[in-house]
Amino acid sequence: MLWDAFPSALDLARFQFAFTVTFHFLFPAFTIGLASYLAVLEGLWLWTGREKYLDLFRYWLKVFAVNFAMGVVSGIVLSYQFGTNWSVWSDRTGPVLGPLIAYEVLTAFFLEAGFLGVMLFGLGRVGRGLHFTATLLVAIGTLISGFWILSANSWMQTPAGFSIGPDGQFLPEDWWAIIFNPSFPFRYLHTITGAYLTTAMIVGAVGAWHILRDRSNERARVMFSMAMWMAAAVAPAQAFFGDMQGLWALHYQPQKVAAMEGHWETQRGAPLILFGIPDMAREETRLRIEIPKLGSIILVHDPDGEVRGLKDFPKDQRPTNVPLVFWSFRIMVAMGLLMIALGTVSLWLRWRGTLYDRAWFLRWAVAMGPSGLIAVTFGWYVTEAGRQPYTVYGLMRTAESASPIEAPAVLTSLALFMTVYFIVFGAGLWYLFRLFRHPPGPHETGAETEPPIRTAGITPGPQIAPDRARDARPQPAERRDGGGPDGPPLPAGAAE
Amino acid sequence: MSAETIATIWAFLIATAVFLYVCMDGFDLGVGILFPWIRGKDDRDLSVNTVAPVWDGNETWLILGGGGLFGVFPLAYATIMPALYMPIIVMLLALIFRGVAFEMRFRAATPGQLLWWDRAFSGGSYVATACQGIALGALVQGIAVEGRSYAGGWWDWLSPFSVLTGAALLAGYGMLGACWLVWKTEGELQDQVRALAGRLTWLTLGFMALVSAIVPFLLPQFRERWFDFPVILTALPVPVLVVVLAWRLFRGLGEAGHNPENRRMVWRDGIPFACALGLFFLAYTGLGISMWPMIVPPDITIWEAAAPRDSQLFMLVGAVVLIPVILAYTAYVYWLFRGKIKAGEGYH
Repeated sequence: MLWDAFPSALDLARFQFAFTVTFHFLFPAFTIGLASYLAVLEGLWLWTGREKYLDLFRYWLKVFAVNFAMGVVSGIVLSYQFGTNWSVWSDRTGPVLGPLIAYEVLTAFFLEAGFLGVMLFGLGRVGRGLHFTATLLVAIGTLISGFWILSANSWMQTPAGFSIGPDGQFLPEDWWAIIFNPSFPFRYLHTITGAYLTTAMIVGAVGAWHILRDRSNERARVMFSMAMWMAAAVAPAQAFFGDMQGLWALHYQPQKVAAMEGHWETQRGAPLILFGIPDMAREETRLRIEIPKLGSIILVHDPDGEVRGLKDFPKDQRPTNVPLVFWSFRIMVAMGLLMIALGTVSLWLRWRGTLYDRAWFLRWAVAMGPSGLIAVTFGWYVTEAGRQPYTVYGLMRTAESASPIEAPAVLTSLALFMTVYFIVFGAGLWYLFRLFRHPPGPHETGAETEPPIRTAGITPGPQIAPDRARDARPQPAERRDGGGPDGPPLPAGAAE
Repeated sequence: MSAETIATIWAFLIATAVFLYVCMDGFDLGVGILFPWIRGKDDRDLSVNTVAPVWDGNETWLILGGGGLFGVFPLAYATIMPALYMPIIVMLLALIFRGVAFEMRFRAATPGQLLWWDRAFSGGSYVATACQGIALGALVQGIAVEGRSYAGGWWDWLSPFSVLTGAALLAGYGMLGACWLVWKTEGELQDQVRALAGRLTWLTLGFMALVSAIVPFLLPQFRERWFDFPVILTALPVPVLVVVLAWRLFRGLGEAGHNPENRRMVWRDGIPFACALGLFFLAYTGLGISMWPMIVPPDITIWEAAAPRDSQLFMLVGAVVLIPVILAYTAYVYWLFRGKIKAGEGYH
């Protein structure tokens, strides 16, 4: 029967959630880092009075506006999709997770949305201090938002501080234990750092591309330099946070780690499998390329330490898609290593005074543009696919979480989501690339490549309040930074 | 405080959040609804710019409605969402089109692209509004529940009544949007939206009368409520207030736009908008009287749907502190962008 080959409502709902959340997370991953970067740029402008920082602020503000809008609209979908597609899960976890989501809305979403208007349209309408405050509040809002949503996600990975009521509902017992559940702190650090690196890679790529086209573009140099400081300082730290998170996972979700590593047998002195093909039918990883004992050293910090394999667990408690977990993990790690390499090489070139002069390095930085987005996406696949077959780890199965919705309804909505997302976010991406293509210049407004309305939108200053607008320009004459091959490098702290 | 008291407070808080959403996103969706009548790039840019700095904050109340329901009344969230599966999903998709169109129409590289983003903005506003109205109608007419789950099919939401409420909300949001633009614009554009505001207000009043006449006959519980003599006499001021507000709205429209240099007159241009919000409040109160204390008619009351006391209390502490703060800075942002948006200013 053809009908039997039709995916179940559950599979469709899972795919729909994976699809919508994958698309959504690309935007906040960039937004979180970009909001902080904008705050740094505006702070530097106010502090130094150098107009180049204001220009860079305005350049990236346009990108931020487009990206933020796409993040908001794709995020609203998620806050309703819990109910439409995962109603049983919603009913049971609502008492514990609902408050975390509600706090996210109350402490973060309103803050971001409220002050975004001031940040986008207020330069010239309010004083500089107030505008900077708005930028800071938006940046802080993105970090608070990450706090709550990652706490909620981590609770599903490592549930704590609850009891189970007669209706099967999870009931809160200890909010502190719920919010700061075991896997939360390092997941938060790991994700926020990932967002910062994502932004650094994109900013660095755009800067490098413009330096390749015009080596004298000072603003492109500044953004490139700041991005490379970020990569050099934070990419190695990210490896540490990732390792710590791996150790927590080994304690609480050993099946997930076994799938990440491709280990089927429990063994002492486990190797590190670099590549291989996990075969779920034969329960082994074929065609392995491995380094002896390194797996045990990394996971238990002992060359002869015991590492549990997947066969140690009943089949119905193992991740349902081992190859996905295994490969996603390798892609994420590969991206991380490339970022560490990029940051390290940038330090060497900077020390040699040739950071902006090596075409191969600039091209490499351009190619690394999407690496952060790839890393965070596959990182989430590791953690989410690795959590299967559970929604609440060890307690509630994905199969018993879904709504009582018929397959055709889910299929219809999935088709609609895919169509709309590809059209709308495809167009969004196209506009982002148009913005990236525009070289950052003095008196940045982007006016020549855009309809004049946008000049009014982003910087209504001269038009709406001519008297105030003058204040928005730096009072001291712009101090040029010499323009030599090596502008003074920014302090490392500036890029964080 | 007992769990019942806290749940009652939360019912009012969620109702307030939803009402704030309806008011605030109502007028910016209304601007999209008016787009077919607002012609020309300049007028459209102007109209969009009246809401551009605030739409995102407006829409956040929708997330609070959804997120709050999930936390405070998880059973309601878990039964309403699957029951309204299609209208909710289509509304979300429409909001995507409309939300990105705010940014994209300013980024459009050619007039052709601009036209498509205008269509996305306007079409998204129509579809989102219609879906919200349909969802409301489908909720009021009742949702089939068995145990703790939705027990109906995926087309149960479609009925003559839900289609009627969908159309009613289109007229209502259109009225809000038109009154908003009467307040925020001047000159020819204002004359144009003033005429639209008048027509849409008549339409809205007609829909209100129609829906009010039908609601008591949808469910036995509603009938008992509305024909419970003499208790229902306490609701008598509602129709009287509707008439008073409508009268003031039309008078305000007649006066609007005279002498824009006079600051006091500028604020008086806001009177129709305030009256339109008042009409929404009365309609909302009427629905509240019908439904109380049900949250998922006809079976689930707010107390049955409530999360345990600990969850509600934990959120209540935050809400009591944060909602006033949110309202304060929201009001501040509105204050910051007060006054008429002037044609020509910032455009050429």
